[in-house]
This record gives sequence, C-alpha cells and structure tokens, in this order.
Amino acid sequence: MSQHEITVTINGERETRKVEARMLLVHFIREELGLTGTHVGCDTTSCGACTVSLDGEPVKSCTVFAVQADGATVETVESLAVGGKLHPLQEGFWEKHGLQCGFCTPGMLISARALLARNPSPTEDEIRHGISGNLCRCTGYNKIVEAIQYAADKLRADGKGA
Amino acid sequence: MIPAPFDYHAPTTLDEALALLARLGDTAKILAGGQSLIPAMRFRLASPEVLVDLNRVSELAYLEERGDHLAIGALTREHALERSPIVAASYPLLLDAAKVIADPLVRNKATVGGNLAHADPANDHPAAMLAYGAQIIARSPTGTRTIAIDDLFVGLFETSLRPGEILVEIRIPKPTATSGGAYLKIERKVGDYAVAAVAVQLELDGPPGPHAPRAPLIRHIRIGLTNVSPVPQRARAAEAALTGQHATDDVLEAAGQAAAAECDPSADLRGQVDYKRDLVRVLIKRAVRRAIERAQGGRP
Repeated sequence: MSQHEITVTINGERETRKVEARMLLVHFIREELGLTGTHVGCDTTSCGACTVSLDGEPVKSCTVFAVQADGATVETVESLAVGGKLHPLQEGFWEKHGLQCGFCTPGMLISARALLARNPSPTEDEIRHGISGNLCRCTGYNKIVEAIQYAADKLRADGKGA
Repeated sequence: MIPAPFDYHAPTTLDEALALLARLGDTAKILAGGQSLIPAMRFRLASPEVLVDLNRVSELAYLEERGDHLAIGALTREHALERSPIVAASYPLLLDAAKVIADPLVRNKATVGGNLAHADPANDHPAAMLAYGAQIIARSPTGTRTIAIDDLFVGLFETSLRPGEILVEIRIPKPTATSGGAYLKIERKVGDYAVAAVAVQLELDGPPGPHAPRAPLIRHIRIGLTNVSPVPQRARAAEAALTGQHATDDVLEAAGQAAAAECDPSADLRGQVDYKRDLVRVLIKRAVRRAIERAQGGRP
C-alpha cells in the first residue's frame, strides 16, 4: 500500500500531509485537517452530505481519494462565512428556515454556491435540478429552494457573485 | 467503509499510463471518474492491488466534431456533455442521457469512457452509444484499434477491451439532417439507476417537414436498452419492426411489443419482470415518437 505526501489548498490555506492511498477525501478533511463541517452521511455516494468544492466543482468527497486532490483547491462549508459574517446563502437558510436537523446543510450550501456561481438567476426548476444530488430528509426541499432564491436575490442586489 | 489497501499511480500522459499497465499486468485497475469503482472498493466488491489513475491525463478530456463524427475523449466528464453547445445543437439523445446519469455531483466527476468501460447494463451510455452506432477507440502499447460498439459489451461488467488496453475515445457518427434521437428513462428518484430506459436514434426518409401527408417513413433506426438485460443490448426485433415502415400507431405498438419480448430483465427492488417489460413497450413508443418530432423539427 502506497503512502503519498499531498498538498491541498483548503479554504485558502495550504496543507501538506502524508496519506495512505486509500484515504478518502472526506476523511482527510475531517480527521487530518479537523474541518468537521463536511459531514459523512450515507457513505455510499448517494446523499451529498459530504459535498465539497474541488477545483471549483462540487463533488462527493466520500467518492474521491485524498491523494487525487494533491495540488487541488478544496473549499468546504467553513469557507463561506468571512469574519463572522454569514454568506448570503447561510443567511438565506437562516431567514427562510432552510434547515431543520442541519445534517445535509453543508453539502446543500456548497452545491448551491456552485449553482449560483454558474447561474446567478436560476429558476425554481434549475435550483431543484442543481441540488438534486443532495438529499434532505427533513424539509421537503421547499424551504431550501426559497433560501437559495433569497441568496440569489441578495447576491444580485449586492452586485456580487456567489 | 474503507477500501482495502492498494498502491496508487497517477500518470500524466497516455504513454506513461500504457507503460504502467504493461508493467503491472492484471494486478492494476484503471481509475477514471471513480464514481462506480470507488463505491465498489468501499463495499469491498473490488479490491485491486494497484490503481492507475487517469485523472491527470488531460489529453484524454475533449469533445469536438472531427470530420464525420463527434469525438469524445474518454476522460470527458458527464457535466461537459450537459454544458456543450455542440451536444445541445446536434446530439439530443446524448444530451437526454447526460442529464439523467446519477446526479449533478456524480456527473462532475464521472466520465463517458468510464461509464462504457464499466459495462454495467444499468449505466446509461451503453444504450445511447448502441443507438448511435458509436465506435470505440482503444490504445495499447502496440497500437490503436477500433471496436464497433456492438462488439464492446460481452458480459456483465465485461468488455472486449484487452488487458493493458485503455479506452481512449468514443466516436459518434454525425447525424444527418433527417435524423432524430431521444433517451427516455424511468427512475424511482434522481440518482437511481433506471428501472428501464430506451435510447432511439433514427433517420427519416425525405426532407424534414411537419406537414408530411402520411406517418413518416423510418429509413434507419437503432435502439439501445438500459437495465433490462445482463449485457447492454440493442432491441433488434423492434428495430426490424420499424425499419422501412411508416411510423403508424400499429407499427409502434408492434415494435414496443417486440422489444418487451426480446429484453431479459430480472426482478428486483425496482420492479417485477412483467412490469419492466411493459415499461420497455411504452418507452419504445414514446422515444420513437420524440425522435421523429426532433427529426421533423430539424434537430438531428
């Protein structure tokens, strides 16, 4: 079994660690780096709770090996709030009750941010399609869709991208 | 769940990858998007001793029309198909399929080549490529060969690729002006495999036009089926029932029944055998109708 030294830029910080080839990216993020905002849900590539941004694209970090992220840029839910100020998406989830238990929320936020970065004015259908890799067992999704619409409106009003 | 230990190599060129495979022999397994292989390794259904990761072989990621075909590099991500203006303009069957493969997060990693090389009859590209009559380009240290898609799938999770070969490109013939295609999939929920799905690519006789006096005449048709047989298969009896025929309701019904009879589904949590056969019957009719509409609308 091979060991590899990898360097990942995570939420703006360069981190270098030695990992076994079989270590999954989600375990690297949670256990090596201590960033526990990224959740392990189904553990079977189904639920999207472990979604992180890998070089700008949201992916399921339980289905990528950490060694594959060597040299890559990773962003997790911890990258959203800056200086204690919530990201408009987080604010939307707060204002619109986009979460109940909160387990799926970090993955939802990362998927939603990628959606809004590509499509700042999504229709309801486009939002539902955009988050269709992320499962929520509490909300029935309606409040999540409203939260993302809130963030889209706010980002547009502020003239900022996601 | 943690995969069994393995050694890992990440070549950056195709030649380097081929040399590694030649040296490592059948202890090695190719890792592409990993969206099927990594779950299989986590369940310990697969425990390769060595992984050769192609994700850094950027020369294998491209999507462009060349001469008489669309060339898709094996490492092209599914999301690239969804976002491609070429695919949107000229390959609606491929766009239909790309939109319903797993979910958006999986499609950001999953590759077209991996979807085919995995040879899972539940995957969506096998049926789509069977309908297109695609060609598969395989490279080995000794050269390049072309495999007709009809000859690629030989068993459950088994292809005619040889040890040491890498699937490098998929070629889809450019549709003619009177062609149309469609992929229709019934899934229980987003991200699930198909209960059943049907891929149709056809060519109508004569110039396109919505006011043809009779039901349109189908000059050529190929049909692929998803997840209703142990090996991805064409619906050849249905094709025969439609080729050279005017697409009347009776002809479509006969083709649907032929496909329902020739497929070979198994009962599972997604449904009983009779239910799946009936889905195939209905999906064949709907997919042919949609393909005809697209052919007549000028969309190939």
